[in-house]
Parts: sequence; structure tokens; C-alpha cells
Amino acid sequence: MADIFSATVIVATLSSGIRLAVPLLLASLGEAFGQRSGVLNLGVDGIMLLGAFGGYFTTLKTQSPWLGLAVGLGIGLVLGLLSSVISVSLLAEQGISGIGVYLFGLGMSDLLFQKLVGTPLPAASFQKAPIPLLSEIPVVGDLFFNHSIPIYLAFLAIPVSTVIINRTRFGMNIRAVGENPEAADSQGISVTRVRYAAVTIGGVLAGAAGAVLAIGLGIFQQNLTNAQGFIAIALVYFGAWRPLGVMAGSLVYGMVSAVVLLLKTRGIIPLGASDLAAMIPAVITVLALVVAARRFRAPTALTKPFIRGG
Amino acid sequence: MSSREPSEAAVRRSRLGTNLLSYSVPVLAVLGAFAIGAIMLAALGANPFTGFWAMAKGAFGSSGALVETALKSTPLLLVGVGITIAFRANVINIGGEGQMVAGALASTITALGMTDVPAWAALPLALAAGVAGGAVWGAIPGALKAYFGVNEILSTIMLNVVAVQAMNWLLRDPLIDPMEIERGTRIPQTARLPESTDLPLFVEGGRLHIGPVIAVAAAVLVYLLLWRTTSGYRLRAVGLSADAARYAGMSVERNVVWALTLSGAMSGLAGAILVLGSEGHRMVTDGSTIGFTGSAGFNGIVTALFGGLHPLWTIPSSFLFGGLLVGAIALQRAAQVPTALVLALNGLVVLFVVSLDRYRRQLKEREEQSVSSIATAVSEGDESDSSPSGEDDDHG
Repeated sequence: MADIFSATVIVATLSSGIRLAVPLLLASLGEAFGQRSGVLNLGVDGIMLLGAFGGYFTTLKTQSPWLGLAVGLGIGLVLGLLSSVISVSLLAEQGISGIGVYLFGLGMSDLLFQKLVGTPLPAASFQKAPIPLLSEIPVVGDLFFNHSIPIYLAFLAIPVSTVIINRTRFGMNIRAVGENPEAADSQGISVTRVRYAAVTIGGVLAGAAGAVLAIGLGIFQQNLTNAQGFIAIALVYFGAWRPLGVMAGSLVYGMVSAVVLLLKTRGIIPLGASDLAAMIPAVITVLALVVAARRFRAPTALTKPFIRGG
Repeated sequence: MSSREPSEAAVRRSRLGTNLLSYSVPVLAVLGAFAIGAIMLAALGANPFTGFWAMAKGAFGSSGALVETALKSTPLLLVGVGITIAFRANVINIGGEGQMVAGALASTITALGMTDVPAWAALPLALAAGVAGGAVWGAIPGALKAYFGVNEILSTIMLNVVAVQAMNWLLRDPLIDPMEIERGTRIPQTARLPESTDLPLFVEGGRLHIGPVIAVAAAVLVYLLLWRTTSGYRLRAVGLSADAARYAGMSVERNVVWALTLSGAMSGLAGAILVLGSEGHRMVTDGSTIGFTGSAGFNGIVTALFGGLHPLWTIPSSFLFGGLLVGAIALQRAAQVPTALVLALNGLVVLFVVSLDRYRRQLKEREEQSVSSIATAVSEGDESDSSPSGEDDDHG
């Protein structure tokens, strides 16, 4: 009983919380790009699932998790482009079209898994890459500097995205077409091109999120993401469309999942109580949606397709 | 207004043309999805023609197949009708999965507590509890949207997550079958529900229960509600133009809540029927919503879209998509193609419908413009008759 409060257990739990947060972080960061440009992509979970299968399958066949991650990114790129065509060029209702992508991804990833793999075989995973010197700092070293490289990269993507969105011309264009596409258009910005880019970035990151999830676990199964892609969309609201906020939301999820997992495996509290505790982040997110709706304003053109002169 | 005046016959012809086109959109979408499905079958090494033939036979080829199809169609129809209500009020309900689970849980809890209740009351009460559970799970995002400005897409998604976790908790702990604890197997499922809450079967020892009849009756009732009552008229008016509805003195907020409540109630009923009509007569979880609903909460969106967002058209639509799910099992047996293929095809149907939808609406608008210009031209002195009638030919 007392040993759960020992430093090693706490560090191990928090460290696994950071790991669990990464797929959500990548997916919701990507979704934030799309939403800032005015496009709600509800298909994240479907893209994640296909990215997860692609990443897992490639790793299984080549023993190279990096190749697996690359395939996940590629699948995300293709599906991101497809989502752009549907939302931006064909002006589809964004609240529904993503459900099509989701169902397609859910069915297709399961179909391919059953046809190409069948029984769940474990695949290779990313090696831990402790950062020299930093990882030797007691507690902090183990917590932050003893992960695999994709995890460092995911967290590095947060400040990079903040800079892209707030400090570059591309980021300014994204915000412009998300807030006032008519004005952006009259300034000579191609609304279509910017939205394609933003949604495709979202697709690539969703594919990466799926691949990191599956390769991290070393397995694939039907519905592996278990709605994480949907949670990622809500986390964008939770994080008020800012990369840092999105990271905070993902970490809340990751940490609570890690703690629940710890409580469950150690049998500290009754199983039922840990299942109950697992509800906490979702309930927090619903409450956060209420707060976000009051305090933050969504991009004005969010979910509104742009038609020139329309 | 217009410089030239088309004859009434020309109007009628153009209206017929656009109607045909607008009805053909869902059909084209399904054909498109099937064409891709055929390519996928070929890629998987199966002959598409024998594959689809096996599917059709497996779904509609025998009385036993038809029974399975009717059973599979039931949740699709109820969720689809619920989705229709929401979409007609211009509210997007992605929460069918969670509302099904909420309804099933409410129904299960009620049924478990009715060991001493006479049979004539037990089943209706258990079903009503399902309706109520789903209604509450729909009313929450409705109220959050109406009074707190929370986007209903997000809140319904999150309530799906909350519902599945509530289900896992309840079925693993408070509601678990005491036998599972005694045996130490701890399968997350309830005890067998009282027999008084079993859905009556048409043939003793058969599979067909009254669930499909309840679903069709619900679809007809929703049709009457939407097109034959003022309450339904208000819902649709809010959906067509919230501003105009508000200007006419309607409460947009109340109608938004009402639409999502009704929508959730339909999914809740679907969840209740899944439990009360299940072969084990109990609720089981595998830890995911899909394990319980079979994705009906999402597939219901497909049936609603294919049914042109009309409750009555959703009846044959759900029968078709239910048939696809049943046929997929035959396809798996005949050609070793996993049933997941159908889910992927359903996704493609959604993508085709929403991608073609804009063109359908543009056609519709163009037609309405020409009709209204004629109406003003023809009935110059006459009083214009544009009040909403009971006609149900509008599809958008």
C-alpha cells in the first residue's frame, strides 16, 4: 500500500502518463491547424486507425518502427488531402463528412488487419533514447528525458506550432482564412490553398498519432484508438485552439489514464472505482467545453465552407 | 421580376427533373460506394459479382435471412429517425452511440428491478426507461447548446465517451451478474433480465421479436409529429431558418433542446431493444461502445442520409443497410472477406452523399427561384399561397 507513494512508482506513473498523452497531443495539434483555418475535421479517429494499422503492419514486416512511422505519416497525408477535397473543394457539411472518414477508417483498418495479419502478433517498438546528461538528473531525468525519440519530437512540435501559427506568414494566413475568408480572399490569399495545407497537416499528424500509438503498444486490434481521435477534437476546444492548451488537455488525459492504470494493476482501489475514475477526464472535458464556450471564441468561419462571392 | 415567363408546364417539368436528380443523389452515392467495394473485393482476390450475389442472398434470400435483416435494421432505423429529427432542426447529433448506451443502461436497470412487476407492465416500463435514458443523454447536449453555446458536435462526441465509461463501470461493478463474481470469471455482464421484460417473439423458438414493429411504428409517429403537428412544424422551421423562426415568435432554444431530446429518445429506444431483444436477455460489454451497438449510432447517420432525412424513407433505407450488415456475414463465408468491408463502404456512402449534397441543394435553390419568380408573375393579383402545407416533398 505504502509503496505506491515511493518515488520510483510516482515517476514511472507520470512518465507513462506522458507517453499516453502523445497520440492525443499529435492528433489534437493537427486538428487545431485545421480548425484555425476554419475546417472541422471529424474524421481524425478514422485517419488515426488507418495510420495505426499502416504503422503497425510496416513495423511488423520490416522490423523498422521508423519506416512504420513514415508509412503512418504517408497515410495521414493521403487521407488529409482527401478530407480537404471533401470539405474545401466539394463544400461538404463538415459535421457529417468526417463521420464518413471515420467509418471508412474503422472498417478499412479492421479489414486489412484481418486479411493481412489475422492474429495479433507483437511488433517491434521504438527504443528508449535517454538524453545524455539530462537523463541522469534524479527524478526529472527519468520523467522527461528518458523516452523514445517520437515522444520528444511530439513535444517539440508544440512550440514549433505556436511559432508557425503566431509568427509566420503561413500561420497568419491560416488565422485569416479561419476568421474572415472573404477579407483574406480580397487580400489575395488563396483560401482554398491555405485550408488544404492546414487540413493536410492535420491529417499527417493524425496519421502519426495513430502510428505512434500502435508502434508504442507493439500491437494492432480492431478499433485500437477507442475514440481517441474524437477526444482529440474536443481537446482543441479544451485548449482554446492554442498548441499549449492542446498539450495541457492531452497531458490531463494521459496522466489520469496512467493513474487509473496504476490503481487497477496494483488493486489499490476496487476495480469498479477505477472504472469510475476513468470517467473523470471525459467529464472534465464536457465541463471545459462549457467554460470554453463562454471564455474563448472559436474561429469565426469554423465549419463554414468558403464560396467566392457566395 | 424575371424578363421572361416560363409556362407552368415548363415549371412542372423542371421541378420533376430536379426532384429526380435530388432523389438520385443517395442512389448514386450507394452505387459509387459499391463500385469501390467491387474494386476492393477484386483486390482481395474475390470475384465481385459472386461476392455481391452471396451478400444479397445472405441478406434477403430466405425467410431466415429476412428475419436477421429485420433485426439488424431495427437499431439503424431508430437511430436514423432520431438523426433525421435533429438534422431537420439543423442540429447535428453525433451522439447516437452514447444515447443508445444510455437508453440500454436505463432499460437494463429498470428491468433488473422488476422481478415482481406483472408482465403487462414490465416490458412497457423497461422500454420507456430506454426512451427516457436516451432522451436525457440527448437533452444534455441540447441544453448545453441552447443555453451555454456549446457546439453540439463536440458535446455529443464527449457524451459518447462518458456513456461507454459509465457502461463499463456499471457492468463491471454495481450491475455485474452475482454469478460472475461467485465463479470468479468476472465477465462484465448483468444477470439474465426478468422474463417479463423479454420482447415477445412472433414464433415460439424463433428469432423475430417485436422490435422491428416498434421501430417502424416509431418512424411513422415521428413522421406524423414532424409534418402533421405544430410542434414538428416549429422544429423544422427552426431548422430552415433560426432567425425567421425567432422573428415569428418561436423559441429557438427550446426547439433545439426538444430536437436533441427526441433524437436521443429514439436512439435510447434502439439501445433498449438491443438489450431486451438480445439472445442472452442481458447487457454485456467488451469495453467499447462498438461492442454493444455494432456502430449503429454512426451507421444510423448513413441510413438517415440515404433516406433523404425523411422518417418514412428511412424505413426501406435501414432495411437495405441492415441487409448489408447481414449479407456481409455470408460474404465472409463465401469469399473470406471480413465483414468490416461493409463498415468501410458505409463510410464511403456518407462521403459520397455529403459531397454530392451541395449540388443537390444548388439545383433545389435554382428550382425554387424559378418557381417563386413564376409564382409572383402568375398570381399577380391572387393572394400568394406559400404557407407550409403538409406536403413532404422537401428534402433539405
